[in-house]
Amino acid sequence: MIKTAVNLAGVELKNPVMTASGTFGSGEEYSEFVDLNKLGAVVTKGVANVPWPGNPTPRIAETSSGMLNAIGLQNPGIDVFCERDIPFLKKYDTRIIVNVCGKTTEDYCEVVERLGNEPVDLLEINVSCPNVKEGGIAFGQDPKALEAITKEVKKYAKQPVIMKLSPNVTDITEMAKAAEAGGADVLSLINTLTGMKIDINRRTFALANKTGGMSGPAVKPVAVRMVYQVAQAVKLPIIGMGGIATAEDALEFLMAGATAVSVGTANFFNPYATEEVVAGIEEFMRRQHVEDISELIGAVK
Amino acid sequence: MSEKTKKSLKIVSQKEIGKDIYSMWLQADEMADAARPGQFLSLYTRDGSKLLPRPISICEIDRENRRIRLVYRVTGENTGTEAFSRLHAGVPVEVLGPLGNGFPLQEAEGKRVFLMGGGIGIPPMLQTAKELHAEKTAVLGYRDELFLNEEFENFANVFVATEDGSAGTKGNVMDAIRENALEADVIFACGPTPMLRAIKTFAEEKNIPCWISMEERMACGVGACLACVCKSKEVDGHSHVHNKRICKDGPVFLSTEVEL
Repeated sequence: MIKTAVNLAGVELKNPVMTASGTFGSGEEYSEFVDLNKLGAVVTKGVANVPWPGNPTPRIAETSSGMLNAIGLQNPGIDVFCERDIPFLKKYDTRIIVNVCGKTTEDYCEVVERLGNEPVDLLEINVSCPNVKEGGIAFGQDPKALEAITKEVKKYAKQPVIMKLSPNVTDITEMAKAAEAGGADVLSLINTLTGMKIDINRRTFALANKTGGMSGPAVKPVAVRMVYQVAQAVKLPIIGMGGIATAEDALEFLMAGATAVSVGTANFFNPYATEEVVAGIEEFMRRQHVEDISELIGAVK
Repeated sequence: MSEKTKKSLKIVSQKEIGKDIYSMWLQADEMADAARPGQFLSLYTRDGSKLLPRPISICEIDRENRRIRLVYRVTGENTGTEAFSRLHAGVPVEVLGPLGNGFPLQEAEGKRVFLMGGGIGIPPMLQTAKELHAEKTAVLGYRDELFLNEEFENFANVFVATEDGSAGTKGNVMDAIRENALEADVIFACGPTPMLRAIKTFAEEKNIPCWISMEERMACGVGACLACVCKSKEVDGHSHVHNKRICKDGPVFLSTEVEL
């Protein structure tokens, strides 16, 4: 019997595989393709205190082995989310992680406080979305601001708090240490890398927002490197993500030091990706005679 | 589980039916059983550097042989559509579908209907013409070279417009309607945004119910990523803003529902 369960700040997940925020809605759309009961957790798309309309279109552009998105955190706001999305996810035997976004510290705290009474397992604080002008990334690129918002959010949070880090910084370990100092329970990384694509025929930007967040297999080596660096720098458990499409990709992140992993962009080109990654990790463990997944976490020093 | 699946479908045949316009028949089995006119399939290339599926509308469904026909335009060199155009009969292609809502045929049964298509928006109108029991007038707009127009003759009265005047009315589909003094009680349309905008205005002035099929850059194709939204008049059911998802809430919308 192999053991795939992992623990994030006291919350046990049946396996380390979860979805990356923003790529999986609140699970409803992909429940037509995968059995959500098989996943360690579902991480929802970011939710704010009020509905957000998001950015103008075009919101996405394909790049070589990757893509850019500038959705702009379109979401229905916390009221609809609590009435519709949480009850939907409660029907499944999986952990619920809610991604929280905001424009101001108060916005984040309002949502976090509201979720305190909901059957949610962990909160992921999105201080690293590159596609919104206010809030978001402003908190995620300055260590002092990150530490301050982490502290503030922790005051209101009843569930353990995951701080989601931006890769768009000079030294991600400084950001990781700042979140740790602020009292974060878990770190997740990486959010998308800011990029740009030009449509040469129309002589304009491919995205209405001009810039977008790059994701997909092309970013994986950058993400693995950052997960490894952060794992060396802090004691907190890490959720690793960035270009994971297969079990082999996920295993790289685990060995680099991540306790759990998220599948994001891969859902778009393989709606069965999450379940396949779960099965592939189990298969690898059997083949390599690994009894407990903890043997693999941080296996590379 | 729903009727949406992602699977490998074998190409039954493929040929070029116009300049850069290709017609591909797929052995689709259950996907063909489930498909409706106005829906689309998302096709994946086998090139790992091109991650995202290419949404292509369903042109025809052969229910008996359980096949789906796609007619698409190759959009340039090194594009996904160019890769599809090079595939031969017998080769498998990864397909997600059927996706989207399709045209509401029941709204037009027995009535006088315009089936309007512009350019690569023409193909989805063919299966619509095949399945709809009504007094059908197909109004097809082309830049220059015609394609599929003869196939419409089996199911509808056909009027053609060409930008260069080489066939039918010189101009666009609206010019063809005016020149031939055509009338309808319901409109179904698919084509470029300027054409849809003109049809929407025409329909609303004349108070004719009109459904238009829209297009936008897509990623997931199933309503999760929120990339392919369009502006809606009313608050949408998903995000409670004014954004309908073209892939899931559409691609077919009542013209008064959306802003173009």
